[in-house]
Amino acid sequence: MSETAIRSAAETNAASTYLLEARGVSKRFGGVLALDKVDFRLAAGEVVALAGDNGAGKSTLIKIISGVFQASTGVLFFQGAPAHFDNPQTARDSGIETIYQDLALADNLDVGANVFLGREPVRRILGLPFVDRQRMRHEAAETLKTLDIELDRLDRPVRALSGGQRQCVAIGRALHWHARVLIMDEPTAALGVPEQRKVLALTRSLAQRGVGIIFISHNLQDIFSVSDRIVVLRRGALAGACNTAESKPDDIVKLMVGA
Amino acid sequence: MWLTSARAWLFLAILVIGIELWAESTFHVSFIANRTNLSSIAVFAVAPLLLAIGQTFVIISGGIDLSIAFTMGFATVILSQVVNAASPVLGDTLGLLVAVIVSLAACTIPGLINGLLIARLRVPPMIGTLGMYGVVRGIAYLLAGGTTVPVYNPILISIGNGSILGVPTVVIITVFAMLVLHYLLSQTKFGQYTYAIGGSQQASLRSGINVRRVTVWIYILSAVCAGIAGILYTGRFTAGAAQAGEPLVLDSVAAVVIGGASLFGGSGTIIGTLIGALIVAVIQYGSVFIDIEPFWQFVAVGVVIIISVIVDQGQKRLGGGRVDE
Repeated sequence: MSETAIRSAAETNAASTYLLEARGVSKRFGGVLALDKVDFRLAAGEVVALAGDNGAGKSTLIKIISGVFQASTGVLFFQGAPAHFDNPQTARDSGIETIYQDLALADNLDVGANVFLGREPVRRILGLPFVDRQRMRHEAAETLKTLDIELDRLDRPVRALSGGQRQCVAIGRALHWHARVLIMDEPTAALGVPEQRKVLALTRSLAQRGVGIIFISHNLQDIFSVSDRIVVLRRGALAGACNTAESKPDDIVKLMVGA
Repeated sequence: MWLTSARAWLFLAILVIGIELWAESTFHVSFIANRTNLSSIAVFAVAPLLLAIGQTFVIISGGIDLSIAFTMGFATVILSQVVNAASPVLGDTLGLLVAVIVSLAACTIPGLINGLLIARLRVPPMIGTLGMYGVVRGIAYLLAGGTTVPVYNPILISIGNGSILGVPTVVIITVFAMLVLHYLLSQTKFGQYTYAIGGSQQASLRSGINVRRVTVWIYILSAVCAGIAGILYTGRFTAGAAQAGEPLVLDSVAAVVIGGASLFGGSGTIIGTLIGALIVAVIQYGSVFIDIEPFWQFVAVGVVIIISVIVDQGQKRLGGGRVDE
């Protein structure tokens, strides 16, 4: 892929043919340029790994995509049209879900409540609204079943679940809400090896359902086993991009450290 | 959850049996099989319980509200002043109604400021509400002219001291308020978000919950509960007094944590708080009944708070869940 071609596309501001596209996105925090004219594209059904050292701008980029930050300059396209996400809620409403390594779930609530957190179904009894817990548990169980996730008890706080199970609940939540783009921030960081495999397998199966996935990881092994393409950031700028099948871990490391 | 609630029930039962045995053996009277005692304990529990049900929301959300001690007194003073001024003009019924609305509306102001301090300016709840404790205390004394304000409204006095079918009116009103808050906490999105914020503020924010708005409403709710306690107090003692709620803030926190809520947020129920408030009331009334020096009450309630928190911590460790260091 040629960077100059994309740059000129940004200038013409033509409609995007990708599920998600960022053109020339920059983000400045006071005097610090955290992200410098970065281009990023994601197709439906594609897993794109976002690699880079600490401070490379990975989390700034995904926070712009997920509506936490707004780009200082540059344009974001979602499903072909320019998109403005003022806050995470509007991004979520459009179908962009984010899974954070540890902060995604409220530990004290059960699986159903977590899958529906912020979007609880309500039924009315004598005109009074009641949160429909049974429906939340039932639908959460259905969704998890389609992902081959088995949890014996859905009515316990998710605190009682293992790290991998918690990550599965977070993924289940994204699927339940028909995520078109799923951002996974270090999804395997705190997990044991079997659970890492489960999460990676889930990631692939979500991509097969047509979800576009941005996969952030420090673990090159995970990146190579799950992604279709790898985009590397260094010091806030695009260091390079390549197809996973055509590259070796060494190439990525070189791009990351700038050697 | 049911385990902590069972623990509180058990504690209440042991407490009642202990006082019963003491009363039987020392004074040869029954503590519990006595209508006056039961009714007195219920009336005794009214103000701490009203403060505690509001405090339950605050503590579940991971905060604490110390200001309610004087928000309650603030409400009694405003109610008394307004009812005395309005009743001669508007009549007893309408005058009381206006006074109740004005005093509850006034209580929302410290609640709103608490909420904004904590949710927007990120002041720690302990410090924000302690500051408000001082502010409301001073204003309440200023409005009262530094003294107690007697009220002259027969309807208010009959609400404070009357009974319906043998049940004190203040108890009926309190039970009604408790049921409303139980519904809010256990069945509505507002209640669900209260738990979610206490469980993980980050997860709540990232799930699109308006954490600031919910937090502000939690503190307003707490202040309004203190206002209702103040109104009932004014009726019962036929006077407004700035210091009315001062000793009750400890009782309210005690009721909530004895009832199984964690001071670290995320857990607790209104039913648990009810049991906790009953335990506090039984300790206080029972110790008078069996003739213990009244100052021991403070010691007992304080010790019970500390033990409840230690047990809560121990249970977290034993429960197999993750303990946040």
